[in-house]
Amino acid sequence: MTSKTISLAHGSGTSASQTLIDELFISAFKNDLLATKEDQARISLNHLTADGNQLAFSTDSYVIDPLFFPGGNIGKLAICGTVNDLAVGGAYPRYLSCGFIIEEGLSMDILTQVVHSMAETAKAAGVSIVTGDTKVVPRGAADKLFINTAGIGVIPATLNWGMPQIQVGDKIIINGTLGDHGATILNEREQLGLMGALSSDCTPLNGLIDQLRPIKGIRTLRDATRGGVNAVLHEFSQACGYGMLVEESLLPLSSPIRGICELLGLDPLNFANEGKVVIIASEDSAPDVLDALKSHPLGSQAAIIGSVTQNPQVYLRGLYGVDRILDLPQHEPLPRIC
Amino acid sequence: MQFIDEFRNPTQVKSLLSQIHAWVKKTSFTAEKPLQIMEVCGGHTHAIFKFGLERLLPPEIEFIHGPGCPVCVLPMGRIDACIEIAKRPEVIFCTFGDAIRVPGRQGSLLKARQEGAAVRLIYSPMDALTIAEQNPDKKIVLFGLGFETTMPSVAITLQQAKQRNITNFFVFCQHITIIPTLKSLLMTPDIQIDAFLGPGHLSMVIGTHPYSFICEQYHKPVVVSGFEPTDILQSIVMVLKQFANKQCLVENQYRRVVPDEGNPRALAVINDVFIMQGDDEWRGLGIIPDSGVRLNETYAAFDAEKHFQPKQQRVADDPQSRCGDVLTGRCKPLECHLFGKQCTPESAYGALMVSSEGACAAYYQYRQGEPA
Amino acid sequence: MCIGVPCKITAIDPNQPTKATAEVNGIQRDVNISLVSSGNEQSLVGQWVLVHVGFAMSLLDEEEAEQTLTALNAMQEEEPDVNILFKP
Repeated sequence: MTSKTISLAHGSGTSASQTLIDELFISAFKNDLLATKEDQARISLNHLTADGNQLAFSTDSYVIDPLFFPGGNIGKLAICGTVNDLAVGGAYPRYLSCGFIIEEGLSMDILTQVVHSMAETAKAAGVSIVTGDTKVVPRGAADKLFINTAGIGVIPATLNWGMPQIQVGDKIIINGTLGDHGATILNEREQLGLMGALSSDCTPLNGLIDQLRPIKGIRTLRDATRGGVNAVLHEFSQACGYGMLVEESLLPLSSPIRGICELLGLDPLNFANEGKVVIIASEDSAPDVLDALKSHPLGSQAAIIGSVTQNPQVYLRGLYGVDRILDLPQHEPLPRIC
Repeated sequence: MQFIDEFRNPTQVKSLLSQIHAWVKKTSFTAEKPLQIMEVCGGHTHAIFKFGLERLLPPEIEFIHGPGCPVCVLPMGRIDACIEIAKRPEVIFCTFGDAIRVPGRQGSLLKARQEGAAVRLIYSPMDALTIAEQNPDKKIVLFGLGFETTMPSVAITLQQAKQRNITNFFVFCQHITIIPTLKSLLMTPDIQIDAFLGPGHLSMVIGTHPYSFICEQYHKPVVVSGFEPTDILQSIVMVLKQFANKQCLVENQYRRVVPDEGNPRALAVINDVFIMQGDDEWRGLGIIPDSGVRLNETYAAFDAEKHFQPKQQRVADDPQSRCGDVLTGRCKPLECHLFGKQCTPESAYGALMVSSEGACAAYYQYRQGEPA
Repeated sequence: MCIGVPCKITAIDPNQPTKATAEVNGIQRDVNISLVSSGNEQSLVGQWVLVHVGFAMSLLDEEEAEQTLTALNAMQEEEPDVNILFKP
């Protein structure tokens, strides 16, 4: 790569764009399907149907600011996000596409770092990036770099996870601490000057979810990204018509996140996560789910945080047993002084 | 967390509650004529709801949520003036998160940010000064907001700006002092307050002596309280004991943080930078005599209003909303007929619904539905 | 009003004696200590302070905190007529 920054030429089908595709994308994402350089990836159906009878298909766009943050970057996030969206449906994630929208003037070093991070994360998650696209827009038409990834995966015939399966009395389980990603990003984006052990939990969850497939009694899974665990509880409640009651004393929190929430007057339930899955499972199967989660490094701090109730509201039970309604926040959490 | 978790101990909460139940029987308060305690400070309001304390107390005790939330008493017109300044191309407008969603007539600072104004969230006034040093070609305006707790930090930031000769830094002064606010509240004719929980963090600046007039002239007990559950409950026990023993004193429950004489250095920097004079208008409270806070002559060059001359806006509060009645304890949020209908956190009529410390927002956010 | 959090002073900035590092739960933040320092800044290291908007506003009196807790612990458990607590 000779150029130091991305120019409009890199997205115009000229030799510059060929060089970018060959020397950066194809070389980093290395796989046979991508190497054919067709306009579409040609995927063997036999290969897919060997693992299941349903195709899971998902897409998401990533526009995070800042591009790099403790614990990850936009590239890692773009892989994890789509892998996790597939995995929470019970699918084995297999193939991803990725589309880059780049603002003219982005440094080649930054793009290279992002792309290598994507390659590394895809490898860790066991997925291949098999097709892609690059657009470069004039300065000011986009903010540095946007990435879209779409993915396909295969759901085994034996699985039927979904929100309609939720029943009263089921347990609400999470694989670890709340709010790490959201608090880290808030501190970076608003430059709040907080230092210390703050790191996004951005990670592919499919390895952890692999541990859950054999367990009977799992109703549904959802990764708790934007809006945090609170948003997921509301989605569950609306979809199944029952209520969700979580207990404050059961919520796993890392020490720094607790500190940040006290300092800034924020609630960890509303912070985004990028490596957390909320699981609804029957009361009988909950101990098995917990054991399975704890047997994996990404579930060492897993906890049962509440249960499904008849009354269709989302509640938080406070430290002294008082229940209160947990509303969906109207807006993103912002730090308070009072 | 040290000095926090020890004061949330459920066993102690339980025994404090039984103390409260026992002491309330030694007073003349009943469920029909309960003890009405005003917690002046929004921080107390927040804690009371967050921990569900109001539902654990006997029916003979009722909280009245006071005006001690600087965002809640922000007049709409002042927000409009801030927006006018923030929209100037040469300005970076720095605000605490609390004020960013408060509606003026022209929308909020957040809306101005969406429309392209440079509005920055800050954690500390010092951060605004750093932004000024990093952007010499811009004018940085700090929204100076808050009671005496926040005033010393803004004062020190201004002293530093002067010392370092930073000329592109300004303060939009919207500070408010607690004693005139309480005086005006106590002079309200039909006010129903028996005792006060004093604001803990404000008192670490001004001390506990300034509240003595509340006992002497108005015969109402004051207990300066911390913010953790056992602090608040212990303060209630102290109030009840005063009634049972027919006393009327200013007491300090929050001794670990609040010296009775306050922080003389903090008071000195306030006096070095600010001047308290004139009457000011506050949302829901109307005109409060002697509540005006301005930058003094020495710091006139840093006064954003002098420098930018925004239009003076007088915006009358919506006559349908009862913010003022809620602030003075004359009615509960639920008795305002806009509450939860036209007035929600999404479409707030008043700051009481916008500020997370506002009584209405707290009622809304922590309201109790059917038991699960 | 006025969120304040007890933090521990862990270091003083050698170049700016009014600036210190305060720590809580493994989170550090620069704070201004001019309202609590009386000339000998180094003596503040290890001291707990109440931090509001990046300023140490008050020295936390650990003895007073201890006394408050002792008083709470000494409270005799009376007949708990508080059935609403700790619902199953």
